[in-house]
Amino acid sequence: MTEGPGPRRDNFDRERFLDLLALMHRIRAFEEEAISGQKEGLVLGAIHPSIGQEAVAAGVCGNLETADLMLSTHRGHGHTLAKGADPLAMMRELYGRQGGTCGGKGGSMHIADFGVGMLGANGVVGANIPIATGAAHALKLQGSRQIVTCIFGDGAVNRGPFMEGLNWARVFDLPVLFVCEDNNFSATTRTRDMTGGAGAGARAESLGIEATEVDGNDLVAVDAAARAAIDAVRAGKGPRFLTCHTYRMTGHTSVDPAAYRPATEVEEWRGNDPIARIEVALRMAGVEDAQLASLHRDEADAMAQIARSARETDWPEAAGAFTDVQDMGDPRERAF
Amino acid sequence: MAKSTYLEAGRRAVMEEMQRDDAVWALGEDLGRGGVFGQYKGLQEMFGAGRIADTPISEACIMGAAVGAAMTGTRPIVEMRFSDFALCAVDELVNQAAKARFMFGGQMRVPLVVREPVGMWRSSAAQHSQSLESWYTHIPGLVVVAPATAADNLGLLKASIRCDDPVVYMEHKNLWSMEGEVPEGEHVVPLGKAAIAREGRDVTIVTWSGMRHGCITAAETLEGEGIEAEVIDLRTLWPWDRETVFASVEKTGRLLVVHEAVAVSGFGAEIAASVAEALHFRLKAPVARLGAPRIPIAYAPTMEDEARVTPDKIVAALRRTMQPEPVS
Ligand SMILES: Cc1ncc(C[n+]2csc(CCOP(=O)(O)OP(=O)(O)O)c2C)c(N)n1
Ligand SMILES: [Mg+2]
Repeated sequence: MTEGPGPRRDNFDRERFLDLLALMHRIRAFEEEAISGQKEGLVLGAIHPSIGQEAVAAGVCGNLETADLMLSTHRGHGHTLAKGADPLAMMRELYGRQGGTCGGKGGSMHIADFGVGMLGANGVVGANIPIATGAAHALKLQGSRQIVTCIFGDGAVNRGPFMEGLNWARVFDLPVLFVCEDNNFSATTRTRDMTGGAGAGARAESLGIEATEVDGNDLVAVDAAARAAIDAVRAGKGPRFLTCHTYRMTGHTSVDPAAYRPATEVEEWRGNDPIARIEVALRMAGVEDAQLASLHRDEADAMAQIARSARETDWPEAAGAFTDVQDMGDPRERAF
Repeated sequence: MAKSTYLEAGRRAVMEEMQRDDAVWALGEDLGRGGVFGQYKGLQEMFGAGRIADTPISEACIMGAAVGAAMTGTRPIVEMRFSDFALCAVDELVNQAAKARFMFGGQMRVPLVVREPVGMWRSSAAQHSQSLESWYTHIPGLVVVAPATAADNLGLLKASIRCDDPVVYMEHKNLWSMEGEVPEGEHVVPLGKAAIAREGRDVTIVTWSGMRHGCITAAETLEGEGIEAEVIDLRTLWPWDRETVFASVEKTGRLLVVHEAVAVSGFGAEIAASVAEALHFRLKAPVARLGAPRIPIAYAPTMEDEARVTPDKIVAALRRTMQPEPVS
């Protein structure tokens, strides 16, 4: 259990955190555009914003190599962008258009981009844990130096596959980092009311997996904790577990008013915005306000352009409903 | 040709495919000691504990890990021990393995084989005897295979391991010790092709898995009465070989589908409906189905037998098909 280090001016890597701040702005701008697209009825299915949680995506994925693999959840836009997926393709996917990351077949909850090692968001809570474990198992069989990162929410720790996957990763000493993105809620339920014992990290430790936890709204702390864990995993020390404590500023989905949370709690977390916090640290390190403002504006402008392009893109051909189902018994030859 | 058991044929298929392709590996409980029925005997000594992997009793993770490993350049053979236990891994098979390629827009495939031993065997009762093949035929993305002979267990398992789709591979427990002629050289049986197990001109029986043998016994019984039944062993249930079935029914004008599974919503319904839709005007008798009643499988033989589709029941069903009751 270590608290990550706060910003220290002596070895604070300004350029790195400016890049990660830009990434956090990109994630937030992406989701703000997606929410307004949904209000207009153009983003079609449910979306689960991660606004307020961007430091987890940036701090964890910022330490991964492109060849490394990552699996995410229904709340996965941030992780996916941070792993390097193209935001225009992702926006098209949310709009259900041609050129979407999955050709319009997946939508927000099923985005994968194998080209950047993103092996999929998942519509089933906790289902990514055994899959990530198996990907790590394959990497170990192949003698690869790549690692797998599996991100899931605090609610997933109450599903059986959590226990099965973590135990498996320990038994086979697999190169996998488990990240519990603990935003306190499982849909409308406060997770701690439904969780026995001390929760995620303690469960990992009970299975012999070293676990740390960190203030998930402190980018510098997440970055340091993730790097330490990833270094250990890459060095062949087996699985590691990292809990990032954070909070989602929106409801569970973009249309959930989240009336089950006291306004004071939401206000308190609003004062703990991970973007504002890293901006403070960057100012302390001598970055000018004007540079911070233009960095924000550039990302917001670029994303507005991306949303415009997405809505101008055509629908996919209907015939795509029959492709990429299976080779043997291909529905293009026979669907009935 | 050489004699081999059904079980040994399956073991040989895994061995040959693992020799042929380094990406193939197997995972499941107790595989190091040969697997619960001995289907993996000696393979860990041959290929090492990495490629014949003993796993925890974690069916969801066995299946889920295979999905992740299949996405990461390997070709896992998943051993589920009894098909009944595969129900602990339905999300991983149905929501993940079967959907990933489509859902992610064709970025990858999930080349895995799930071995799920099925069927009634040694008074195993309700949780170790089921035949749930029709559940899987209902799922887009899956291939479903059910071999009935030693040679087919060799050839179909090899084809399934080479297939890039997720394959549900159902071996019948009661056939493990059955011997048959098996080719000595390379033997791969194409998926999606039925076998005509017995030729006949009067009535077509479509069946698969353990029931192939009961159907042949029934057909031989009726031979003495001058009734020539054709027995088609479907072998692959999805995609099933419509051409072979339709050609046979065009010839005979009569169809009986026989399976060990519960008749209600069984895969026989799909075949019966397809034949009725396509060949209604060629039929000399209504299409018929024979399967188990919709009851769990009991332990004591008196009650267990109520769920069993026997050659006698098949003979009776064939007689009804040969002489349908006139409409009153
Ligand atoms: C197996 C399963 N059960 C229920 C759901 C419905 N569901 C979607 S998200 C969610 C809450 C998940 O909470 P958590 O894991 O903490 O992730 P968060 O939404 O907070 O990011 C639920 C219950 C689901 N998708 N999958
Ligand atoms: Mg949560």
